[in-house]
Formats: sequence, C-alpha cells, structure tokens
Amino acid sequence: MGRFLLKRLVNYLVLVIVATTLAYFVASLVLNPRAAYEGRNPPPPAAVVDQQLSAYGVNDEDPLLGRYADWIGGVLLHGDFGMTVNGQEINDQLGSRALVSLRLLIVGSIIGAVLGVLAGVVSAIKKYRPTDRLITAYAFFFIATPVFFTAVLLKYGALSVNNAAGSTLLYYTGYETPGLDAGFFGTLGDQVAHLILPTLSIALGQIAFFSRYQRNAMLDVMNSDFLRTAEAKGLTRRKALYKHGLRTALIPMATLLAYSFGTLAVGATFTEKIFGWHGMGEWVVDSITRNDINVVATVTLFTAIFILISGFLSDVIYAVLDPRVRV
Amino acid sequence: MSLPADPLVVADDVAVNDDRDGQKAPSAVVVRGRRSLVMRRFRKNRGAMVALALLLLLFVAAFLGPRIYEAITGWTYSSQDYSAFLSPPSPDHWFGTTQIGQDVFARTMRGLQKSLLIGLLVALISTTLAAVVGACAGYFGGWTDRVLMWLVDLLLVIPAFLIVAIISPAFRDAGWIVLVLLIAVFAWMITARIIRGMTLSLKEREFVLAAKFSGVSSAGIIFRHLIPNMSSLLIIDATIAVASAIIAESGLSYFGFGIQPPDVSLGNLIADGTRSAFTFPWLFMFAGGLLVATTLAVSVIGDALRDALDPSSSRAGSTK
Repeated sequence: MGRFLLKRLVNYLVLVIVATTLAYFVASLVLNPRAAYEGRNPPPPAAVVDQQLSAYGVNDEDPLLGRYADWIGGVLLHGDFGMTVNGQEINDQLGSRALVSLRLLIVGSIIGAVLGVLAGVVSAIKKYRPTDRLITAYAFFFIATPVFFTAVLLKYGALSVNNAAGSTLLYYTGYETPGLDAGFFGTLGDQVAHLILPTLSIALGQIAFFSRYQRNAMLDVMNSDFLRTAEAKGLTRRKALYKHGLRTALIPMATLLAYSFGTLAVGATFTEKIFGWHGMGEWVVDSITRNDINVVATVTLFTAIFILISGFLSDVIYAVLDPRVRV
Repeated sequence: MSLPADPLVVADDVAVNDDRDGQKAPSAVVVRGRRSLVMRRFRKNRGAMVALALLLLLFVAAFLGPRIYEAITGWTYSSQDYSAFLSPPSPDHWFGTTQIGQDVFARTMRGLQKSLLIGLLVALISTTLAAVVGACAGYFGGWTDRVLMWLVDLLLVIPAFLIVAIISPAFRDAGWIVLVLLIAVFAWMITARIIRGMTLSLKEREFVLAAKFSGVSSAGIIFRHLIPNMSSLLIIDATIAVASAIIAESGLSYFGFGIQPPDVSLGNLIADGTRSAFTFPWLFMFAGGLLVATTLAVSVIGDALRDALDPSSSRAGSTK
C-alpha cells in the first residue's frame, strides 16, 4: 500500500508543478500589467513604470524564464509568493483568503460526498419507487443548474425567510459580522451561521452529482453474484448490502472524488463572488481583470495543492476499500 | 455494411439475427431493426419526449422568436426604449426592460441562441476530436498512442477554467468562435480515453481484420469501421457535452470572460441581473430559468438515449 500511495503522491506533485508553471506562463504571455499604469493621469515616465514592474517581477521586457525562476525560487525557498501588481505583499493576504476558501471547500466537499453517497444508496435500494424518483428528479435539476443560479436563488430564499421572521436568521453577505465582539463561542456561532448558505450552494450540486454515480454503482453491485452468495450463506439482505455491497460500490466513488474537486473549486469561485467572501476564488477573478500575474499563479498553486491533497486522500480511501491495490 | 460490433448492440443483434437465420419466425413476432428498436424505446420514455419537445420549442423560440417578436412589438436585442426603464413584464415588453431600457425578451432570446449554438458546436467539435484521437491512439498503438495519451493527460491536468478565463479576453475581437474552440479543446479528453479502450478491443474483431487484409487503408478502417461502431457511445457523449458546454460558457460569461458586449449570452444576462435579482426579478429569472430548462432538457434526453441504446437496460422496455 505504501508504494502505491508514494507513486500516486509523486504523480500528483508533478501535476502541481505542471499546472502552476503553465498558469504562470499563460498569464505572463496574455496579461498586461503595464495597463495598470497606462490609465494614470499624468502618465508616469516609461523608465519609472519599467522599474516598478521589474521590482514586482512582472515586467514583460525582462526574460520570461528569469521571471519565472525568480518567482518559483521565492515560493520554494522562502515561501514568498511575490507582490501584487499594486505593490502589496501577496503573503499578507494569502493566509486569511486561504482560510476563508478552505472553510467553504472542505465543509462543502464533505457534506456533498457523504450525503451524495447516502442519497445514491437509498435511491438504488428503493429503485423506481417514489423515494428514488424524488432523488433522481433532485439530482437532474441540480446537475443542470449552474452554481451561480442556485446561489442567487438561495439568497432570495434567505431574504424571504428573514422578512417573514422579522430578524436576520440566515446571513448571505460575507463570512462573519464585521466588528462582532461576542467571545469565542459567539464568534464561532456567527461564522457557522454565515457558512450555511454558501456551503449549501455548492453542496447541493455535489450531492446531486455523487448520488447519480453512487446509484449506478450500487445497482451494478446489487445484481452481482457475490451479493447473492452472501445472502445464501445466511446474511440478511440489509447486512449483505451494507457489509459487502456498499464497500464495493464505494470504490469507483473514490476515483470520482478526486475528479470532482476541480469542479468544486470552480464552483466555489462563483459562491465566493456572489456571497461576498474574500477568498481565493474571488481573488483570482479580480486579479485576471487587474492583470495580476503573480496572484493568478499563486491561486493556481493553491488550487492544485488542494486537489493534490484531496486526490491523495481519495487514493487512501481507494487503498483501504480495495485490497487489490495493497499488494 | 458490416454488422454492428458495438458491445451495446450485440444483445439486440442476437435477437434480430436469430429470427433472420433460424426457421421462419412465427408471424406474431415482429422483427425490428436496431434503429426502429432504439427509436421505439426512446419514444416510450415519457420524460424524454417532454424534454425533446421542450428543447425543440427552445430552439424555435431562440431562432424564430426574435423575428416574430420584432414584427409584433418592434424591439430587437440592441435597441433601447427611452420611455420604459426597468418596467416589469407587459404586453409591450414581454419580459420587461433593463435599467437603460433594453428589451429583456429580445436579449434573452439572443442569449439563448448564442448558448444553444455554442453548446452544439462545442459538442460537435469535442466529440469528433475525442473519436478521432481515441480511435487513432487505439488503432495505431506504439508511439502515436503514447504521444496522444500524454497530450490527454496534460490537458486533464491544466486548470481549464482558469486558462480559458485568462486567454479568451485576449481574443475579444475574434468573436465567439474562439470561445467555442477554447471550450472544446478542454472538453474531449475523458471520452477519448474511453474510445481508445473500445478501439483496442474492436480492432481485434473479424470485420476489422477482414477489412484490413482486403486492403482498406488505415483511415478507411478508422472512419468507416471503427468510429461508426462506437456511435452509440459518441451520441450519448455529445449530448452530455452540449449541457456542460452551455454551463461552461455561461459561467465564463458570468465573470465577463466569455461572450463580450454588445453581444449577449445567458451568462452575461444572469450576471447583469444578479445585482438586482431581488428587486427586479425579471432581469434574472427569465435568463436563469431558460438556462436551467435547456441544460435540464438536454441531460434528460441524454439519459433516455443511454437507456434506449443499452440492451441490458430494463427501464426502457422490452426489446420486442
């Protein structure tokens, strides 16, 4: 098992490097940081602009490879992600933004995967009965609905609930009440209350996605011989399904889990933007419009590492569930 | 024409061939060809027929709607009504107007038209690419296979949404065709892998070997024997690709990285409407609702096709 996991880890590390490098090069070739200075009045002298851009490591007249080497060297050796196009340290914002995003991504993916698998299993066991039809209809609707539509509908629903209740029960802007002083538990409760709607907006889609695949996997398993054998040797249907069936049906899910994190990260970008969370997704969208190369590369690195960790986790789950890979 | 060798088809085939080769079938048994069988199963699926009708309706609305609407009310997607700002839906403006007096119905139909076109084109390009690359990699093997699969892996790793978001504004003058190509380039890889796997097993089959030994060129084998035999998988895949392309495009346009003004797409419209979704719901709900209706209809059709083309599926009814 150790060798299998080690091989996967090396594979993921190569992928992280490739993804980050590519994002850096594409961003450097397409984005134009000079635009930030061109609009100024009075226009700054060209030499000053050049000097500034060089200082931030984004001057398009410096050789690209040299700039890349400087940036990646800074990241790897000093943990320094460089400067934004406005001359701020990326490291100053990185921590708080990463925390904001991770909160959303981790809670969203756990809820999505767990509830999705459960819904899929129930759907398969109750095949063609009302429960299955309901779950199928739900899944179809939310797979077809983009996150930005779900999120706005949720916001709309929250507004109606708040109006009906006469007080703010559901929060839909930001990730905490600014300037709140309510002690540790007060703050925690406040943050959880802010987390509900954004998490729902990405979890609803994830649940739908997983439930469809889990249903198919479970149906395949339910027709298999080994399940009939398990029942023949005296297990009850329920016990056979949960002890033998579910475990086998979960194996393809582990692979799917790794694939789904990419979609999740993109979905979270919409969520952050709509609910006013100052996270990584919002950062990258804003930085593309601001021509901020270093930020784009930093966020790509962050997302790639997130996918690496979750992909690695899904390999661990795979190895635990499927004894064949442990040899 | 060679016999279908699609693994999904074999079971249906056996049923049909038995009747043809054996003794005279009893007259009560109706022998159906594969095409009529699939059509029959598809027609029996009520949900799919509703979805198909809805999709046709959306197409008609998107492509003929603006003309008819202009004849009735006189508004197009680019005109402005200076006497009606932010007016709710009315006989004059079926879906209301925006802050600057643009007609929401005309704009929404224009957006729907763009989204449908982009969805169809991306599906066509990405599925063709997947079929050709997958079949070539599987058929030729060796270095061709290695290079193509390496390309597939590389494209799978690239953060596609981000890269398209960075690149596409740079081509804003070239129009929406570039956007179609960019989305298509990142949408074919997983299918190509599946096609490659199917080709590996198909190329050992007798009809392919027979074609090869009777001197059919590699291109002929790939395009006339291999790809047609994987058509059911390709049809299903293309349907799914339409829905995901529409969602990808509207997502990009939502952030302003897709279709650029003055042209509109559903993503642009939804993004514009989001800010005032609570106070002026018509700016948001019509575009959003139509987007969901389109993708939902396409995925229901895709699911029904999968059932109709799969002989082992009991859901679509019996084979007879």
